[in-house]
Amino acid sequence: MQTILGYLRGRTFLTAALTALALAAFLPSASGDEMRFPQPEFTSGYDFPETTVAPPKTEAGQWLDVALLTLALSIATVFAVKTRSRRGIFWLSVICLGYFGFIKQGCVCPIGAIQNVAMGIFDSNYAVPLTVMLIFLIPLAFALYFGRVFCASVCALGAIQDLVILKPINLPRKVTLGLSMIPYLYLGAGILFAATNTGFIICRYDPFIGFFRLNGNSPYLYLGAGFLLTGVFIARPYCRFFCPYGVLLGMMSRFSRWHLSITPSECVDCRLCETSCPFDYIDKPNTGLDRENRESGVKRLTHLFVMLPVLIVLGGWIGHRLSIPMSSYNQKVFTAEQILAEQANPDLEQTLYTETFDEMGLSEDALMQEALKIRKRMNVGGWLLGGFLGLVFGVKLIGISTIRSQKDYEVVKPSCFSCARCCGYCPSDAMHKPNFVAGSPAYNAALALVNPEKEAQPAKKAPQESKVS
Amino acid sequence: MAELKTPDKLSRFEFIRQGIARTAALALGFLGGFAAFGSRKKNTVWQLDPMKCVQCEHCSTECVVQPSAVKCVQSYPICGYCRLCFGYFEPNAPELTAAAENQLCPTNAIERIFVEDPYWEYNIIEDLCIGCAKCVKPCEQFGNASFYLQIRHDLCVDCNNCSIAMQCPSEAFSRVPADQPYILKHKTREQQVTPAQFSQS
Repeated sequence: MQTILGYLRGRTFLTAALTALALAAFLPSASGDEMRFPQPEFTSGYDFPETTVAPPKTEAGQWLDVALLTLALSIATVFAVKTRSRRGIFWLSVICLGYFGFIKQGCVCPIGAIQNVAMGIFDSNYAVPLTVMLIFLIPLAFALYFGRVFCASVCALGAIQDLVILKPINLPRKVTLGLSMIPYLYLGAGILFAATNTGFIICRYDPFIGFFRLNGNSPYLYLGAGFLLTGVFIARPYCRFFCPYGVLLGMMSRFSRWHLSITPSECVDCRLCETSCPFDYIDKPNTGLDRENRESGVKRLTHLFVMLPVLIVLGGWIGHRLSIPMSSYNQKVFTAEQILAEQANPDLEQTLYTETFDEMGLSEDALMQEALKIRKRMNVGGWLLGGFLGLVFGVKLIGISTIRSQKDYEVVKPSCFSCARCCGYCPSDAMHKPNFVAGSPAYNAALALVNPEKEAQPAKKAPQESKVS
Repeated sequence: MAELKTPDKLSRFEFIRQGIARTAALALGFLGGFAAFGSRKKNTVWQLDPMKCVQCEHCSTECVVQPSAVKCVQSYPICGYCRLCFGYFEPNAPELTAAAENQLCPTNAIERIFVEDPYWEYNIIEDLCIGCAKCVKPCEQFGNASFYLQIRHDLCVDCNNCSIAMQCPSEAFSRVPADQPYILKHKTREQQVTPAQFSQS
């Protein structure tokens, strides 16, 4: 053997290669612990170089991030609730975009941490690191008391979209209602896929991570660019119509105690703030509106309540029907499906996954059982996810068909990002008096409202008088 | 509960709001407590097990960092220092020189240095390596398998869910303790006891 190896090292290439190929047929794989070629005995005093390895980042860094996140949220809370300063919120968001976005490059963020928590609950082999759990919980806790201050200036995804709002347009109610179902779907699917160990789709399809890393595969960069371009006209499209964490924040913020308010004192219904919100998250007074007669209202509500269980079951059934295609996203199930397809049709070419599976010599039965288990879990998850979406849709329908009396201009608490844009428009706000100078947006809006005919401001359309009074 | 005793001071809406808010606060607290006491405290990082790797080239294409944070490493103690390195040369290379047409590596990332007859040292130039594993495959098939892939933690951005891991056909990726962030072959080999050593002891 030794002579053959010496020969291999010294002789001409062609013969050596041929010998090697011949040898390869007989030699066992080198993945065992014996070496095909013995370690050389150097006579020239050669030392083996060390394989250089760079250490990973330390855990102290993660704790620093938790501390910085809490600090940023606290400052944002002061700006949103106490000083009501748009300028403060803005500059904090720029700093957070720089740090949490471009320096930390996005991971781990509270949005993605949803999946870690879901996996920690459903997968006994995985435990959520404490820092990740805190990153998930702290913004929720803040939202529970102070509203979505995380969205206002701490979230890097929100900040990058907030910077590009140039020409915001208002979407029709029907469109926003339909689109606002997507975050629930995304949240549910994210949890389902994480719980079945299929993948972290929320992280995978994060549109802005490529920008933060200044690096990435082109489809995701195009996706991010698309979101930013859309965001010029439709303000913060990812936050409003996709963000799964926003759903959870909204649930907390709905019950928040010290939420940002448009006016610091009493609302005088001056209507200056009406056009200030690019997201259309301001509830307008409706006390003067014609009430619909009681009978038809009750009738519609009864219909909707009867519909609710139907929607839940229908949603669940759709989820159940989709569970098999969804489970193909899981690599184990996918491999099992491929193996079965190849067995059924021997003409099929082997894929990388089936080839690797054969190569590794694992038990096919075990794989099939594992795949079946995942499919069963996916099926249960499909029912739950579909049912949940049906419930959300039903509750949304009930929500829009019951009108709560609204006396003043107020932010829509579950949705409001606490960006404090509206604060500067409120004339009762002594702190923002400097904003109310000739030529400022608030001033122009006020003029347009007071005298819609005279003021030549075609962009600022004054709302119909009959709507309010 | 305090608010039950003084119903006249709280509107019905405010009472419900407070109740739900407190329930939510409790739920968040429970989750936090669950994490604090039930979780693994140890920090982990992604790494790939070279024994499971099948050199499918996904590491070079699927990583969110481009070029990939996965690089080839050379474990010198198990390298054969062959003059004819199957990881370095094309199978039908005309000559055993560093000319591009002779090399297997698409980015010229392997350095070949003469040590003494007939031994040559092979180094990976990490800045050029793209983690394609084209050199790893023949080294494992015909050589000592001293070339293998590892995630370099100075480059890895530690994604929450490694996107190569999602595509890896042999499930070679897993989270490993951060204090042992690399699976180096010569290190694992030193820890192994060969049958010969066992019989002697």
